[in-house]
Amino acid sequence: MKEINDLNLPEDVKYTKDHEWAKLEGDTVTIGINDYAQDQLGEIVFVELPEVGDSFAAEEEFGSVESVKAVSEMYMPISGEIVGVNENLEDAPELVNEDCYQGGWIIKVKPSDNAEIDALMDKAAYLEMLKG
Amino acid sequence: MRYLPHTQEDIKEMLAVTGRTSLDDLFDTIPDAVKTKDGLNLPDPLSEWDLNDHMEKLASDNIACKGYTCLIGAGSYDHYIPAIIPYLVSRSEFATAYTPYQPEVSQGTLQGIYEFQTMVTRLLGMDIATASHYDCGTALAECALIALRKNKKANKIAVSDLVHPSHRQTIETYLKPTGYEMVLIPHTTEGVTDTTALDGMDDIAGLAVQSPNFFGHIEDLGAFRKVADAKKIRFIASFTEALAWGILKNPGSFGADLVAGEGQSLGIAKSFGGPGLGLLAGTSKLMRDLPGRLVGRTKDTNGKDGYVLTLSTREQHIRREKASSNICSNNGLNAMTAAMYLSTIGKIGIRKIAQLNHDKAVYLKSVLTGAGFTPVFDTPFFNEFVMKAPKDFAQKRADLINRHCMFAGLDLAQFYPELTNHYLFCATEKVSRQEMDQLAKEVA
Repeated sequence: MKEINDLNLPEDVKYTKDHEWAKLEGDTVTIGINDYAQDQLGEIVFVELPEVGDSFAAEEEFGSVESVKAVSEMYMPISGEIVGVNENLEDAPELVNEDCYQGGWIIKVKPSDNAEIDALMDKAAYLEMLKG
Repeated sequence: MRYLPHTQEDIKEMLAVTGRTSLDDLFDTIPDAVKTKDGLNLPDPLSEWDLNDHMEKLASDNIACKGYTCLIGAGSYDHYIPAIIPYLVSRSEFATAYTPYQPEVSQGTLQGIYEFQTMVTRLLGMDIATASHYDCGTALAECALIALRKNKKANKIAVSDLVHPSHRQTIETYLKPTGYEMVLIPHTTEGVTDTTALDGMDDIAGLAVQSPNFFGHIEDLGAFRKVADAKKIRFIASFTEALAWGILKNPGSFGADLVAGEGQSLGIAKSFGGPGLGLLAGTSKLMRDLPGRLVGRTKDTNGKDGYVLTLSTREQHIRREKASSNICSNNGLNAMTAAMYLSTIGKIGIRKIAQLNHDKAVYLKSVLTGAGFTPVFDTPFFNEFVMKAPKDFAQKRADLINRHCMFAGLDLAQFYPELTNHYLFCATEKVSRQEMDQLAKEVA
């Protein structure tokens, strides 16, 4: 397991208390789980995805990620409608371990309210929370 | 695993480790208020001789099917059990084993369960089968819950009113605390589930149809697949007579999402109604939503085949309240029995037995018709069918049990009040032509 200081936490994404990340590009937000979450879970064997067109409120459960030792629910960082899911994860769930911010993204969302994104934690705030 | 009671020595040794002086001292934390003061109110012990007498006297109050001709099915069927089955299954390696708690040391048990799963998937034409449930009713209720969980927007499950009445009750019991609701799909005058009845129903997560249904009729499962597709809901097929799949097209070939069935017909004694064997199978898409145990095959570090409990992340010891079910048990011994039965009779045997069942049922229906019964439906059936009885049949039926050791049909009015004086008959491979002719003579 990684030390907190060894975690890969990019500056250009936002973080949640449940260890998801969210990044606004154009009018969609890409969402995944962060380096801390994938490291804690260990080898990921299955990602349960929502369907395109589903709508969720912020903090609502949208799917789950299963590793060899546990299953964890994933929660929406913001409210919105699912406009894309990473279908590569069906055959290659390990992408979440290998490349959680690029190839291992999980969903794309059309946000209901961009202000919700601004309210998420930046890297410094998230690190502070992790260090408790 | 064997049952070995503790000796006084064992108890002493364990008490020493705990630092307690006696068993009473060990249970000291239990408040006095909840402890019995005067001991248990039990009769004095009996000698082995007296005890055997007592038990035999109790047992003789029951009527077992042995020595009787049983023309009742309705979820529990009187099939022949080959001698090899009780011999094999009563071996202590099998008979004393429960769901193994240290599973990987019990490779034989795991392999047996793995073979069982494989045979069930082949019998039903499904991708994946779990390592058994209590009975069809509980397996079907679990399937209903899967459909409801997978469709977060709907709160109801539509169930054919020709699903076994006890199984419908089980679903209701399961759903009661959940806030979900079961709605009934009525049947047509042909005695099959009405496909059009679903048109007006909304808020539905899935539909469940039994085939052969409670009247013995073969349902058009393909039609229900279409209804389910049109409504974008899950299609659950159930059955009480597993041997029907010896000659009928299996539910998987009609595209069932989930199948729940009773496996009692597969070498398991009726035992006054239980324990049965719940079969539950699904498509690979629903693999992670299935409740209960699953055994998988893998390679060990030496490259040899090994069997392991798999996908445990669905289960409550890992997933807590988000588990796919609170079921953490199975009917392991009966699953083993079914695997032994299926491998004993084989692919050709099951076909022959199924054909015999159907042929005998056709014969029984014709002799009863000749004896004054009225056939109610003209719909294809497997080994059960409904007949309207002549007026004085109820008395004759009671006499047949007492004088001729014969159970002639099940009174349907208790389940379907409109069917007074209607009886559900069943013929299995065990009933002989002479017995059926004798019945016709007695009731004519």
